[in-house]
Amino acid sequence: MLAPVLFFLFAAVAIAASIGTLLARNPVNSALSLIVNLLAVASLYLTLNAAFIGIVQVLVYAGAIMVLFLFVIMLLNLEATPVLEAIDKRILAGYAGGTLLLGAITYLLARGLGALPTFEIAESAAATGTPRALALNLFTTYALPFELIGLLLLVATIGAVMIAKKRFV
Amino acid sequence: MDITFYFPPLADYVATFPMLVLAVAALLCVVVDIFYNDAKGVAILAGASLLVTLLFEAARLSLPPAKALYGMVYVGGTASLVNMTILFSGFLTVLIAQPYLKRLGRNYGEVYALLLVAVVGMMALGSAANLLTLFAGLETMSVCLYILTALVREKDGAIESALKYFLLGAFSTGFLLYGIALIYGATGTMDLSDFADRLASTNAGVMFWGGTALLLVGFFFKVSAVPFHMWTPDVYQGAPTPISGFMATASKTSAFAAMVLVLGRALPSAQWQTTVAIVALLSMVIGNFVALAQSNVKRMLAYSSIAHAGYVLTGIASATPEGYAGALYYLLVYTVMNVGAFGVLAYLEHDNRQGDTQTVDSLAGTGQRYPLLGVVMAVCLFSLLGFPPLAGFFGKVYVFGPAVKSGLAWLAVAGVLTSAVSAAYYLRVLYVMWMKPSPDDAVAPQFEGVPPLAAVALAGCAAFLLLLTFTPWVMDAAVAFFRDVPAAIVSLP
Amino acid sequence: MDLPLYWVALIGFAIINFFLVSASVLVYYERKVSGWIQNRPGPNRVGPWGFLQPFADVAKLIFKEDISPTASSPFIHSLAPVLMVTIAMTTAALIPFARGFVIVDTEVSALLVLALTSIAVYGVTLAGWSSNSKFSLLGGLRSSAQMISYELAMGLSVLTVVLITGSLRLVDIVEYQNGPGAWGILGWNVFRAPIAALIFIVTAFAETNRAPFDLPEAEQELVGGYHTEYSGMKFGMFFLAEYVNFFVASFVIVTLFFGGYLLPWEDALLSALPGLKDSVLLGVLQVLSLLLKAAFFAFVFIWVRWTLPRFKYQQLMTLGWKMLLPIALANVVLYALFFTFKALLGWGG
Repeated sequence: MLAPVLFFLFAAVAIAASIGTLLARNPVNSALSLIVNLLAVASLYLTLNAAFIGIVQVLVYAGAIMVLFLFVIMLLNLEATPVLEAIDKRILAGYAGGTLLLGAITYLLARGLGALPTFEIAESAAATGTPRALALNLFTTYALPFELIGLLLLVATIGAVMIAKKRFV
Repeated sequence: MDITFYFPPLADYVATFPMLVLAVAALLCVVVDIFYNDAKGVAILAGASLLVTLLFEAARLSLPPAKALYGMVYVGGTASLVNMTILFSGFLTVLIAQPYLKRLGRNYGEVYALLLVAVVGMMALGSAANLLTLFAGLETMSVCLYILTALVREKDGAIESALKYFLLGAFSTGFLLYGIALIYGATGTMDLSDFADRLASTNAGVMFWGGTALLLVGFFFKVSAVPFHMWTPDVYQGAPTPISGFMATASKTSAFAAMVLVLGRALPSAQWQTTVAIVALLSMVIGNFVALAQSNVKRMLAYSSIAHAGYVLTGIASATPEGYAGALYYLLVYTVMNVGAFGVLAYLEHDNRQGDTQTVDSLAGTGQRYPLLGVVMAVCLFSLLGFPPLAGFFGKVYVFGPAVKSGLAWLAVAGVLTSAVSAAYYLRVLYVMWMKPSPDDAVAPQFEGVPPLAAVALAGCAAFLLLLTFTPWVMDAAVAFFRDVPAAIVSLP
Repeated sequence: MDLPLYWVALIGFAIINFFLVSASVLVYYERKVSGWIQNRPGPNRVGPWGFLQPFADVAKLIFKEDISPTASSPFIHSLAPVLMVTIAMTTAALIPFARGFVIVDTEVSALLVLALTSIAVYGVTLAGWSSNSKFSLLGGLRSSAQMISYELAMGLSVLTVVLITGSLRLVDIVEYQNGPGAWGILGWNVFRAPIAALIFIVTAFAETNRAPFDLPEAEQELVGGYHTEYSGMKFGMFFLAEYVNFFVASFVIVTLFFGGYLLPWEDALLSALPGLKDSVLLGVLQVLSLLLKAAFFAFVFIWVRWTLPRFKYQQLMTLGWKMLLPIALANVVLYALFFTFKALLGWGG
């Protein structure tokens, strides 16, 4: 009973925050909206029995990556960046209303034409979100993509240092 | 705490041997570079590891296709062929790039590490049996290429082209990932071989086809097919020339191979055939006609690579095993031609008045000064044009033939006509190289002749293209092999 | 938890208030201890033995004018102290106070502690940025750099504990430390993983911005760092957050490494007095045991602050990246290898 309420609550927060990220005129506000968005998505994971992924989302994205974002924004000389024009609120409301309307019409049309997928998504068992279940999958079935992503992160680091650093051979 | 041990069977280690070797070699490249700056050993290590894996894949070519590592990648047969093409491109690139990078003062171990890791990603992408492997491979490849593009960051436009590539690439990856998410949502599986069953048993609906469309957008971007091609000329122009050659060949080969796997194996052809055919037509027409107007040779080759993407898409659009096999064969030939052409350009850089910008005029007389480069360029360009006895001609036969057979004659006709158009810009380069005299105020050349490693690699490219012509038994064997490939594709598990 | 929701809410309310009050007690505690360390009486005017001094301070703070700097972002300026206090309090909800007495018991509560720690950076960073002052900004920047640097070593030392106990649940971690019979306190994780314990305690100092890691508010260089521009109760909330933070950190240290709520030699005690098992008295004793241990670490926090000088910035970074991180990493690898071989070779059954 509680699950749909929580889902729509967090989904609404996530959407509102991501719109805020786009529309904020100040980079810090934009970054803060993104953090709220990440936290809301983490909460969505929690409602889906994926506590581990939810917490890791907070730990990695909100706790580490976004801190660096904020760090960089604060170090930049913001007075030198171009000042963005304020957005007309009425135009914004028009876009929002239009998007909602379009979404509703598309949904009804798709339902009317029978184009929506008809099967039910099975209730995920509580066991699938545990760290143990996740690890068993990650290190057996998905071992290859997992290792590839590890390699990807490594080369991204190496590459960033290589490009940014001055070297004298 | 209780620990459960999972040891993958030995067969899995054998199956991923190339990736393991290359990943370890990449790490070694970085480590060696810490202790010895500008080490020759790094290039040798990279080249040797690529050669070993190339031979390993060649040995697996005749194996029946199978899946490995919990059904994540295909090995043997077609997958080996794709991997060989990628490894071959990587091997030639290492040979060509080493002297070039040394001259630029960029002979870093990291460059080879990035190249090797890019090859690992490409191999995962080109033989993916699961959308997750596909995505992980694609990202690994792309990130390495973004970084390699910005290698010479002081050069005009290097950072610009890297940034363009990165932003647009990230954007297209977003499309691809969204497509994967929608497909997963609609079918509940990421395994390519499960799609057919799931599609039969459930009502796929807009969600699935929307996902497929987004997936196609991602692929079209990576192979630089026409509506998504805008990044190509800028990136190829700004990147170090041997790297441009590598990007133009290996990354396209792997993306096309993945496209064949996804479209050919997993999805019914009726839904996507027309789309791919139209994209192929646009790529051929726009690629060839815009190439006519280019004065910068690298940009010209970039547009020509867009046109060649159109040729390969023609083979895929036929949606028959012969068409897929033709596309893979074309990619092999295309890889050799383009690595050769970009390699020649790399060694003509700084050789004339215009620095490293090579306009058609700045190439004047270079053929006479460097006969080897001139001959290699001639063979590569004639082959790119599809001049009859050369390998490029047979490639075109194998992609246009199946298209005609599956009722896309108009597409094949368009392909032949636009190929004729391409003669204009390919031959103009050759004319300038061989027939026009050098300008008097040419600056001293950077290279005393061509470095031996690069000369071997470039001569090898030309020899490969000629070999298929002048030794009929090689030709026969190649054709026979590619006749066998369709069966292999159909019999994939 | 089998408790009905309103019970959980009530207990939560009680614990929040406990920590709120504990902050003022800790302020008194700190001032008395520092007085003792420096051979002076400390507060002794308000109330018996100066015990009411912190309450007088709070009253003073409430009645002070709330100044917010011009040309700053008022919303973020007010958000920062609230964030600090909220996050400090939230961590308290994860701590098991006695057997079966924990507000939030999730599968991954050890990770949640780390996640909340990493979120706590925002309070300081935003306070520094929104104050529109260079001292504040420098403090905020120092703090984010410092907290990110030390989080890694902290996470790795928690990972060592997780490797040992095989669970990310704090309750399981505490119960695992229950040594059998006479072995008693030797089951505590501090004896199983002394290096990890040491690293965790050091990083806990850094994460709570306490001396010798109090660079974000270094008075001598930065006037007051990130809270230079705060006054009144907003400043009070930073003050509150600091004390709650290090008190909660003491609880976490005890939970992870010093047996949590377990009584020393609890197993032996229970076999000697079987009637104690499942009784309310045991619960009370466990809460007291936890409180005592935590109070000891709170004392250590204060003791260190009044004994050691502040690090210089490059010393801080050297310690974090070049010493703690490699040591913690090597430690985790060693423990992982040990457990792998143990399982492979079947040591210890």
